[in-house]
Amino acid sequence: METRVISGKTIEIDTDGNLADHTVWDENIALELAKELGIDELTDGHKKVIHYLRDEYKSSGEIPTMRKIGKKSGVDMKELYKLFPDGPLKKAAKISGLPKPKSCV
Amino acid sequence: MKKLVILGAGTAGTIMANKLAPLLNRDEWSITIVDQFETHYYQPGFLFIPFGIYTCRDVKKSKRDFLPNGVEVVMSVIERVEPEKNRVILSNNAILSYDFLIIATGSKITTNETEGLTGKLWQKNVFDFYTVEGACHMADYFKHWNGGKLVINIAEMPIKCPVAPLEFVFLADSYFTERGMRDKVDIHYVTPLSGAFTKPKASEILGNMLEKKNIRLTPDYSIERVDNEEKKIISYDDNEIDFDVLVTVPTNIGDEYVERSDLGDELNFIPTDNHTLRSKDHENIFVLGDATDLPSSKAGSVAHFEADILTENFIDAIDNRELRAKFDGHANCFIESGFGKGILIDFNYDTEPLPGKFPLPGIGPFSLLEETRMNHYGKVMFRWIYWNMLLRGLELPIESNMTLAGKKL
Ligand SMILES: Cc1cc2nc3c(=O)[nH]c(=O)nc-3n(C[C@H](O)[C@H](O)[C@H](O)COP(=O)(O)OP(=O)(O)OC[C@H]3O[C@@H](n4cnc5c(N)ncnc54)[C@H](O)[C@@H]3O)c2cc1C
Repeated sequence: METRVISGKTIEIDTDGNLADHTVWDENIALELAKELGIDELTDGHKKVIHYLRDEYKSSGEIPTMRKIGKKSGVDMKELYKLFPDGPLKKAAKISGLPKPKSCV
Repeated sequence: MKKLVILGAGTAGTIMANKLAPLLNRDEWSITIVDQFETHYYQPGFLFIPFGIYTCRDVKKSKRDFLPNGVEVVMSVIERVEPEKNRVILSNNAILSYDFLIIATGSKITTNETEGLTGKLWQKNVFDFYTVEGACHMADYFKHWNGGKLVINIAEMPIKCPVAPLEFVFLADSYFTERGMRDKVDIHYVTPLSGAFTKPKASEILGNMLEKKNIRLTPDYSIERVDNEEKKIISYDDNEIDFDVLVTVPTNIGDEYVERSDLGDELNFIPTDNHTLRSKDHENIFVLGDATDLPSSKAGSVAHFEADILTENFIDAIDNRELRAKFDGHANCFIESGFGKGILIDFNYDTEPLPGKFPLPGIGPFSLLEETRMNHYGKVMFRWIYWNMLLRGLELPIESNMTLAGKKL
């Protein structure tokens, strides 16, 4: 497995460049990954989405769909696109330390 | 007397009734199937209606003609299921109790999820082809259309038959070319996916075909609303696309009774075990076809493969045995590519569509991920196979679980 240094820690990453193990995630890692994706600051809105994604992933093993996030995370679809421009789901999952969401068939 | 109730007499419900009726002892079992409509539509045929290849009459037959003797047919709207009480409530308040329930109520489009979709341009310049009405309106419109911007948009995934919108643009290219007006029609494929299709190999090959056929592609597009005054669609991130004709594939959902019964997810699809097809929440409920939340394609061919697996598992379940048959997500789809040609893809949960020959390794007669005339004949034949073999639950010369033989890795 490949590793890289994120916020001073050596961390395993998968072939998509996402964290291989979501349990090593912390907010500093999130911020560094966000910056790489062009998001300079993690606002309360970002954090709501990140925590919602992580909670859902821990309980169901799956990354929720955009529709579900828009309905349940407290951040609506319009806002999601503002917070995570160009592909909110992919970006939010990466910043949250989760694998790349599988697109449905 | 034990009771099996099947909800939905579309593709999947009809196949299950035909498979189980001969297997269950009539003295021990009663089988009841419920549906709201008398007419069975051949939905794959909707695709051909806008281009005058099929008419509205070519795609319908009576549901009852495909249901076996000895199965009681109830024509009524399902109001809700009460799994704790093992019963189904119909719209006239009639109650059907069951020992086992098979749910096959499919999926349908909803226009409520996209603002402005059913505004003043609906069925005038904005059409769908996932309903027979939409397809027929579009056919009338295209006959007299002089050309302009033709935008096809998928609102969100998942949709049934995820290749149908691609087939639509391929056929549109072919149709307007044959009418000598292709240069007047700007075809634009606007999708929430990151490419032409979901799986990498197929997406690349199909993406190249779009380019070759001069069809524009806008990926990663998530529609927010339709502006009926300015004739444009607008995405959540404010990307505006003008249209003269908008062909929409609206959000697909399971039927509302699923929500009323608290059986589904946020799109009314029912959480189902990927391999056994048993409901995740209720031991005596099985689900197949478009109604499930499986990460497989929602397609008639998939319903057919699932029915083989479910038949075995159902027999195990009523005998109180462990469920032994496992569904692998097998899907097999002919993709019309226009000008009398087609493509075939064959894949499952784990293996993406690959090139090769099908179903006989090295021989075919069909070619995977390649445009051929033979593949087009396969699609044309599918209608006959659908009515005469598939719905009747007869064996087709294709295994339910996918095989890698004949495929190039
Ligand atoms: C345009 C288009 C093209 C397609 N092309 C292909 C193709 O090329 N190949 C392919 O394999 N598949 C194709 N499909 C997909 C295929 O038609 C479906 O996947 C298949 O019909 C699913 O079967 P089903 O039994 O799950 O649902 P359906 O066949 O839709 O049946 C569901 C049934 O449940 C009934 N029902 C639902 N709710 C209620 C209620 N509350 N009360 C009573 N009855 C209810 C409905 O009336 C319906 O009869 C296509 C679909 C479309 C729309």
